[in-house]
Amino acid sequence: MMESGPMTGPVPTDGTADGAHPRSADLSGVPAKPNPADAQGELGGTFWRRFIFRRPLAALILQRLGLSVGLLFAVSLMIFGGIEALPGDFATTYLGQSATPQAVENIRKDLGLDRPWSERYLSWLGGAVQGDFGTSWASKNSVGEQIAKRLGNSLFLAFFAAIVSVPLAVGLGMLAVQFRNRLPDKIINVVSLAAISLPEFFVGYLLIMFFAVKFGVATFPATVYDSMSFTERLSAIALPVATLVLVVLAHMMRMTRAAILNVMSSAYVETAELKGLGMFRIIARHAAPNAVAPVINVIALNLAYLVVGVVVVEVVFVYPGMGQYMVDAVTVRDMPVVQACGLIFAAFYIFLNMAADILAILANPRLRHPR
Amino acid sequence: MNLRAIPFSAWIGIAGIAIAIFCALFAPVIAPFGERDVVGDIWLPAGGDFLLGTDNLGRDLLSRLIYGARTTIFVALAATVLSFSLGMILSFTAAVMGGFVDQFFSRFNDLMMAIPTLIFALVVLAVLPQHLWILILVMAVLDSTRVFRIGRAVALDVAVMEFVEAARLRGEGSTWIIFREILPNTLSPLLAEFGLRFAFSILFLSTLSFLGLGIQPPAADWGGMVKDNKDGIIFGISAALIPGAAIATLAICVNLVVDWLMKRTSSLKGGRGDA
Amino acid sequence: MPESSSAKNALLSVKNLKIEATSYPPGEPPKTVTLVEGVSFDLQKGKVLGLIGESGAGKSTIGLSALAYGRGGVRITGGQVLLDGKDILTLDKNGIRSIRGARVCYVAQSAAAAFNPAHRLGDQVIEASLRHGIMSREEAKKRALYLFQVLGLPNPESFGERYPHQVSGGQLQRAMTAMALCPNPELIVFDEPTTALDVTTQIDVLAAIKHAIEETHTAALYITHDLAVVAQISDDIMVLRHGKTVEYGTTKQVIEAPREDYTRALVSVRQTKRDEAPDQTGTQLKIEHVSAGYGNGFKVLHDVSMHLPKGQTLAIVGESGSGKSTLARVITGLLPPTEGRITFEGKELPRALKGRSTDELRRIQMIYQMADTAMNPRQTVRDIVGRPLSFYFGMHGAKKTARVKELLDQIEMGTRFLDRYPAELSGGQKQRVAIARALAAEPELILCDEPTSALDPLVAEGILNLLLKLQEETAVSYVFITHDIAIVRAIADSVAVMHRGRLVRFGPKSKVLAPPFDDYTDLLLKSVPEMEIGWLERVLATRRMESAGN
Repeated sequence: MMESGPMTGPVPTDGTADGAHPRSADLSGVPAKPNPADAQGELGGTFWRRFIFRRPLAALILQRLGLSVGLLFAVSLMIFGGIEALPGDFATTYLGQSATPQAVENIRKDLGLDRPWSERYLSWLGGAVQGDFGTSWASKNSVGEQIAKRLGNSLFLAFFAAIVSVPLAVGLGMLAVQFRNRLPDKIINVVSLAAISLPEFFVGYLLIMFFAVKFGVATFPATVYDSMSFTERLSAIALPVATLVLVVLAHMMRMTRAAILNVMSSAYVETAELKGLGMFRIIARHAAPNAVAPVINVIALNLAYLVVGVVVVEVVFVYPGMGQYMVDAVTVRDMPVVQACGLIFAAFYIFLNMAADILAILANPRLRHPR
Repeated sequence: MNLRAIPFSAWIGIAGIAIAIFCALFAPVIAPFGERDVVGDIWLPAGGDFLLGTDNLGRDLLSRLIYGARTTIFVALAATVLSFSLGMILSFTAAVMGGFVDQFFSRFNDLMMAIPTLIFALVVLAVLPQHLWILILVMAVLDSTRVFRIGRAVALDVAVMEFVEAARLRGEGSTWIIFREILPNTLSPLLAEFGLRFAFSILFLSTLSFLGLGIQPPAADWGGMVKDNKDGIIFGISAALIPGAAIATLAICVNLVVDWLMKRTSSLKGGRGDA
Repeated sequence: MPESSSAKNALLSVKNLKIEATSYPPGEPPKTVTLVEGVSFDLQKGKVLGLIGESGAGKSTIGLSALAYGRGGVRITGGQVLLDGKDILTLDKNGIRSIRGARVCYVAQSAAAAFNPAHRLGDQVIEASLRHGIMSREEAKKRALYLFQVLGLPNPESFGERYPHQVSGGQLQRAMTAMALCPNPELIVFDEPTTALDVTTQIDVLAAIKHAIEETHTAALYITHDLAVVAQISDDIMVLRHGKTVEYGTTKQVIEAPREDYTRALVSVRQTKRDEAPDQTGTQLKIEHVSAGYGNGFKVLHDVSMHLPKGQTLAIVGESGSGKSTLARVITGLLPPTEGRITFEGKELPRALKGRSTDELRRIQMIYQMADTAMNPRQTVRDIVGRPLSFYFGMHGAKKTARVKELLDQIEMGTRFLDRYPAELSGGQKQRVAIARALAAEPELILCDEPTSALDPLVAEGILNLLLKLQEETAVSYVFITHDIAIVRAIADSVAVMHRGRLVRFGPKSKVLAPPFDDYTDLLLKSVPEMEIGWLERVLATRRMESAGN
C-alpha cells in the first residue's frame, strides 16, 4: 500500500496498479512461486478451498478483510512494541536530565513502566479497542476524550475536501483524455506536475497570504468551537479545504487520466469503434464500466492520502484536529497520545486501502460472474 | 546521448537543479552574510542591503536560503542514496533468491507500508533523540520500503526473462546474474525512480522541519525557515513564502527531469518492440 | 489478375492503396514509414479473398482500410477504397460510421481481448444491428441464435447469456464471427481468426467460419500468414511482402502453379523431409516415469517415459497445455520432478539445477522460442556467444574472439555481426545467434523449445536446415519441442506425442506417424492443414462418415 500522496511526485502510467495492491508485484512472478492468496487458502483446509471455488468473490473479500485486521494488529504491535524497543527512557525524558534516581523510579511506577511490556501492551490494546487510550502524560486528560472531539473535526475537514476534489479530479481527468496530446491535456499535465511538487504548507500559506491577509475574504486561523453554527464552521474551513483539494487534486487527476487512457486503448474499445458506434455510446457503454474499478481505486487511495495530508494542513491553519494534537504530542514526547493518534491514523489508512481493493474486486466482471 | 533530444522542459529542470547544487557547494562564497549572523531588524522588506529582506530574528534571508540549500540538498540526497541502496539490495536479493526470503521481505515490507510514512516518522521521531544522522536514517528506512517495492517488481519482470533463465542454466552465480544480466536492463526505470525518491525526500524533509521534527535550529534549512517565519504571514510579511517557493521550485525541477526520463524509458521499450 | 473484367461491379475495389504511419520519437523529428504501397484488388459479392504474408507485410493494415480505419498513427494517404463503387475514404465521420458494423464488419485475431469483459456475449453480438437500426431486438436475437447454431456453438439458446471469460478461446472466436455476421453485412474482414488457437480447435473454427460465410453469402477478406489455411477458404489469393503485392491470382493458380519465386518458396516450405535413423537402440537421454507439477499441488506431467539415442532427434509434439514445455524444464532441472528419474550418458542427473555440476550443465544446452527474450538486449553478439566460452573453457582475448568468429561462420553469419546488439538483428539472425551460444558450450544435447514457431516460414526453413547441418557436423542430439507436425516429419528420428500432461504415443517416426492410430494422434494429424485445395472438405466428409459409421 503506497502512500499515494502529493509527496510522491509524478506517477508512472500504471500508477493505479502501482498503488493499489501490496501483492500486485507477485502477479508478474513465476508460477512456481505460490502467491500469498494460495498460502492462506491452504491454512483453512478443504472447507476454505471449496468455499473459494464456489464463491470466489465472497472468499476474496473475506480474505482481504482478514488481511486488513491482521495488518492492523501487526501495526498496533509495531507502534507499541517498536517504541519500547527504541532507546531512550521516557521517565528521564519526562522529568528532564536533572531528575534524581528516586524521582525517576517513582515516575516509572506512576506511568506503569515497571510492568513487563507484554502485559502493558495487552492492557493498552484492550483499552484501545474500547476507545480508552489512557491518560496523557502532559495534560493528564483522558486521551480518548480529546481524540473523540478532534477526530470529528479532522473528518469534517477531510470530508469536505473529498466532496470537492473527487468530482473535480474525475472531470479534469476525463477532459485530459478527451483532448489527449492536445493543448488542454498538455496544460493540465504541466500544471499538475507542478502542483504535485508543492509542499502542503507552501500552498496553505500562499492561500492565507492572498485570501485572508490581502483580500480579507477568508478567516485565519481556522479555529472552530463547539458553539459555532454549521455555516460558520464551513467558512472557517474554507482555506484548509482549498489547500487539501489543491494538494490531492493533481495526483488524483493524473491517476484518473492514466486509468481511463488504459481502458480507451483496449481492444474492445477498438471493436466498438469498428461497430460504427458513436463516441458517446463507446464511452458510456464500453469504456465506463471497465474504467469504474480503477477510478474508484484511485479515489480511495487518494482519500487515504487525505488522512495524512490533514496533519500538516491542521498545523498550518491551527485547526483543532487530530493532526495538530499528534504533532504537539510528538514535540513534548507525550507517548500515550502519540501511540493513540498513530494507531487511529494507520487504521483509517488501512481501512481506505482495503476499501479500494474490495471495490476493485467487486467491479471486476470476471469475479462477479464466475465460470 | 543526443543533447538535442532533451526537451525544453527537461532543460529547465536540469538548470534549476544545477543552480541549487551550485548554491549548496559554494554557499560560503556566494552568500552575502553568515548563516547565523543577526544583521538587521526583524522582517525587513526586500531590497537595499538585504536582497530578500530579513527573517524573524533579523538574519539575512538570502544568505540563509543559500546555506539552507546546502543542508536541505545534503540531507535529502544522503537519505535518498541510503534508501535507494538499502531498497535495491533487499529487493534484488528477494527477487533472485525467491522462496522464503522473498516472502519474508515482502510481507515485512507490506507491514511497513501499511502505516503512512509521515505518521510512522512522527511516532519514531517522538522516541529517538534528535540527531542529524538519526533523521537521515529514519527517512532512508521509511523511504526504502517504496524503493523495495519498485525494485522487486522491476527485477522480477527482468528475472523471468529467458535470458536470465539461460544464464541460470549455464550455471552462473547470483552476482553475475544480478550485476551483468538484470541490472543493466533495469537502469532507466531505476534512474527515474531515483529522481522521484529525491523529490519526495526534499518535500518530506521540509515537512518534518516545518513540523519542528527535522533539522534543528539554528542551522538553516528550507522547511525550518518556513516554520521560523510563519508568524509573519498574518502581518502580510512574505518571508515564509520565499523558502517555501524554493522547495517547490527544486521539487518541480527534479520532477521535470524525471518526467522526461520516464517518457524516454517507455519510448525505448516501444521502439524496440516495433522494430 | 482474376476476373478483372468484372471490376466494375465489384463489391470492394481497392485501387493503388498507399498507407503510411508516423511515429513520434521524443526529441527527434517525426518519422514517416510507408506500410503499404500500390496495392489493388477487386472482391466480388459473396467471394473470399485471402491476403497472405509474413508479419509486417501490411496485410492487417490493408484489411482495416476496408473499414477506413487506421491503428495508432496509421493513415491512408493514397488510392481509393471503393465499396459498391463509392470511395469510403472520402466519407465524413457519420458516413464512415454508417458503414462500420453495418456493411463491413471485422473479426479480430484475439477475440478474448476484443470482447468487452463487462457485458454479456449476446448483447455484444446484437449491438451493432440494433444501433444501426438494421433490425429490431427480437429479430436480432433470432438471428444471433441462428448464427450460434450455424457456427456450432454449444447450447446456442443460452450461449448469449454468458460473459466472455466464461467460454473457451475457440468459442469466443466463433462468437466474434457471429457478431460480425449478425447485422448481415456485405463484407467481413477476418484478421488471423485462427492463429491464436490450437491446431485441433483451429480446424473446427475454420470449418464453422467457412460454413457460415457460405450460408449467408457474405464476401470476406481473409488475412493469415498460413497459406494452407487460406487455401481451404478463399477463392482468390493475394501474396504480400513488405507492403507490396507479390502475386495475385485464383487460389488454384497460386497454390498449384505459383509464378513468383517467393510464392513458390511459401508453397514448398513444408515439403522438406528427412529419413529417420535406422538404429534407435542407444540411450543417451533416458526419461523414466517422470511426474512434475507446480507449487499448489497442480500436476502438469503424469508418468512420462521416453529415451533418445546419441546424435539423433526426438520430437515432442503436442498442443498448448500438453506439458511438452514443462518436460523441457524438468530435463534442464529448472523444475525438479516429483517422481521418476532422468539419466544422461548412463548417469542419473540430479533433479534440481542447483545440484548439477558445471560440466553436467554444459552438456545440455537450450534454445528458446523467442530469441528476443532469450538474449540480454544490453550485450553484443560477441558477449552473448563468448560468455559460454569463458565460463566453461576459460577462454579469453584473441583465442575467444577467434572461436566466436568460427561459431558465427558455422551458423552462416559473417563476423560483421560481432559487435551488434540483438535489437539490430532480424528474427532469424537472433535465433542463429542463440544457436551459436548453445554450440559454444560444445553440448551433447540441445533442447529446442519451438525455435521456429515465431519465425516466418522461409526463415524457419533456414533455421531447420542449419540445425540438421550442425547435427551432421557435431553429432549433437536434439530434443525438439513443437506443435507442428510438418516439422516433426522434416527432422525427427523418434516422436513422442503428448496430450494433457500424458504421453500418448512414442516410438520411431515411421511408426508413430503411421496407422493404426490412437484417437488423439489421429485427430492431431488430421487437423493439420495441408497445402491442398479441398483438404478441409475431405476431412469434414471423413469425419461425418466416421460419426455415421459409429
